[in-house]
Amino acid sequence: MDFKDSPEEAAYRAKVRAWLEANAKRKHGDGGEEMEVESDLSMKASKAWQAKKAAAGFAQITWPEAWGGPGGTPIQQVIFNQEEASFDVPPNPFQIGLGMCVPTVMTFADDATKSRFVTPALKGEEIWCQLFSEPAGGSDVAAVRTRAVRDGDDWVINGQKVWTTGAQFSDFGIVLVRTNVDKPKHKGMTMFWLDMHSPGVEVKPIHQMSGGSGFNEVYFTDVRVSDSQRLGAVDDGWKVALVTLMNERLAVGGSTGAQYGDILKLSREVMGAAGPALKDGAFREKLAEWFVQTEGLKLTRFRTMTALSRGQTPGPESSIGKVIAATQMQDLANAAIEMEDQYGVIWDEGASPLKAAFQNSLMFAPGLRIAGGTDEILKNIIAERVLGLPGDIRVDKDVPFKDAPTGR
Amino acid sequence: MNFDYTDDQKFLKGEARKFLEARCTPAVVRGVLDDPKRSYDEGLWKAVAEMGWLGASIPEAHGGLGLGRIELCAIAEELGRVVAPIPFASTVYFLAEAVMLAGSDQHKGFVLPKIASGEWIGCFATAEGPGPVTPASIKCKVEDGKLTGTKIPVTDGDCANIAVVLATENGKPGLFFVNLGDGGVERETLTTLDPTRGAAKLTFDGAGAWRLGGEGEGFVLMEQVFDRAAVYLGFEQLGGADRALEMAKAYALERFAFGRAIGGYQAIKHKLADMYVKNELARSNAYYGAWALATDAAELPLAASATRVAASDAFWFAAKENIQTHGGMGFTWEVDCHLYYRRAKQLGLVAGGAKVWKERLVTQLERRNAA
Repeated sequence: MDFKDSPEEAAYRAKVRAWLEANAKRKHGDGGEEMEVESDLSMKASKAWQAKKAAAGFAQITWPEAWGGPGGTPIQQVIFNQEEASFDVPPNPFQIGLGMCVPTVMTFADDATKSRFVTPALKGEEIWCQLFSEPAGGSDVAAVRTRAVRDGDDWVINGQKVWTTGAQFSDFGIVLVRTNVDKPKHKGMTMFWLDMHSPGVEVKPIHQMSGGSGFNEVYFTDVRVSDSQRLGAVDDGWKVALVTLMNERLAVGGSTGAQYGDILKLSREVMGAAGPALKDGAFREKLAEWFVQTEGLKLTRFRTMTALSRGQTPGPESSIGKVIAATQMQDLANAAIEMEDQYGVIWDEGASPLKAAFQNSLMFAPGLRIAGGTDEILKNIIAERVLGLPGDIRVDKDVPFKDAPTGR
Repeated sequence: MNFDYTDDQKFLKGEARKFLEARCTPAVVRGVLDDPKRSYDEGLWKAVAEMGWLGASIPEAHGGLGLGRIELCAIAEELGRVVAPIPFASTVYFLAEAVMLAGSDQHKGFVLPKIASGEWIGCFATAEGPGPVTPASIKCKVEDGKLTGTKIPVTDGDCANIAVVLATENGKPGLFFVNLGDGGVERETLTTLDPTRGAAKLTFDGAGAWRLGGEGEGFVLMEQVFDRAAVYLGFEQLGGADRALEMAKAYALERFAFGRAIGGYQAIKHKLADMYVKNELARSNAYYGAWALATDAAELPLAASATRVAASDAFWFAAKENIQTHGGMGFTWEVDCHLYYRRAKQLGLVAGGAKVWKERLVTQLERRNAA
């Protein structure tokens, strides 16, 4: 048991590091993590960095050569991500497109469409978004109500999507729509790709409770798409969506927001009646628990890497990540703010300790507990897919979509 | 990155599982539980000795297999799964580790072969009453090589041949060997939460005592032995927690209420998902502990603390929620849930409770941070 690279991995890491040293600046110190990177990103810099990576064979490392990738291994991608994280590089608005949308296009589109889109996406020239969630269906993605009605060689789309990451700067998107309301909900959807600049597409930023606007509402008013933009068969969009969602898996992300090290720092400085807050027994117990969780998640990622390194499929252990991280973010932020006592109510990067890292985390944590699968849905997934427990009873599963209960 | 068992270690673990599933059935565990006169299963103890597990990490020169510590962790995980009713932890994680850590060549040559062969059962006597063990809590005293005082509870103190006892000498803490067959030792079997792991009150009245390690080093040595034991115990806890989750899952699939398997209700699904999350966190932390132990890393106190905190929490949670999942049946004597509930507490307390380890963890963090 060790944390060492194999000789091949070490060689690859050295190559990656040398390339990064030559092309980017190493991070100095521990800059606060940006949580809403897309809101004020410098898109030009992001695109330039992506183009550089693509030219050097470090973009989508696992993509085969036929798609313009270097045909590398998953562990090489992880190594690159690890090394890149130590460098000051622009935010990455390409992840959803390259990780989910474009692979879906590659699986279902004709050759002409593939050759049109794959390379520009890889080079960062075009950005994609995924239009799945709707006001009436977040956890229940298959409840989409946005309609597409056939009109000759075209389809006409009307409805609304929500929580669409990056829609405001996306060039293209894949959209899941209802094409048949007489069939049960999973059997009446169809997937299309579309130009986000089509007439009738309107993107409105969502003003989050945390103040930022990283996500959008997308409205469709008589938006025309050609039948040639269809991905998969008519009414078979759920199958296509599952392919998209399957590609979501290889995200080996780290923790975000304020960490145990930050609150440890704060607890040395904040004085209580009996000295520094760090000397408080109840706080010390919590600190130990946060350490065990955070380091445990890091070590769990090492287990996933080990499987990749051995050429095996990682186990389901990585599914525990967000359930732990999101709740911990909220707990830790709250504990730090309680530690600050009355002063904790101040949310001001100039006046609040650690540039308001805890206040930022407190206000962002509710979103993290919901985004990309709520705590509850993630626990259902662990229970059903990992432990093999039965799915929920679904009263809308076998009835025509138009007759399914909607509550309003 | 090699943060997992190797194929050889997995094979060993698989063989250990097969062996224990055949030899350490719930009936074997209950044989000790239901008979107040038995403190362990002698047949299983002999069989385990014949497998060489007692000397798994003892060097070949001292009669062991010299396999390595991670191999012993793998065995510990399997022993935990079946709540093995034998004095394995006391003998192997505590006594053998104490001797390998602080013993002279003579100690090693004398004691380790007797552990490896199964001839000697050991115990590690530190507590004297309610509350954590601290330098100030030690009342046992050694004067002129004679030990006086009382240790309670001492896991396996009722069946052990030899004890390592924390006592003061000239006002300073030390660790001492005591041959429990000699005069001046009185043993009283205790009633405990987990009768499948025997415990005793040991009263010493001038028993012969030989120091292990340097004068005044006793408390620090005890902590170092605890660090090592905590990693192995963590693997036992992990094995028990995984088994408790499996039991809960099996029952949730088979038990019907309101017309369907209870495992289909989200209250049960989320409970079991919570168990899974804690178990996986415990596994990752335990691997870290195993790595630190096997490589003699400077991080061992931190890694051992993290292992202990995560594994104690996981096993306790899984054991108590396994009973809850079983409903009324889980509260009966004949269903095995309580074997795990009892063992979760026994393992969670035997090298010091969670509070002590959380404090040790934060103390290490403070040091690391200051450095």
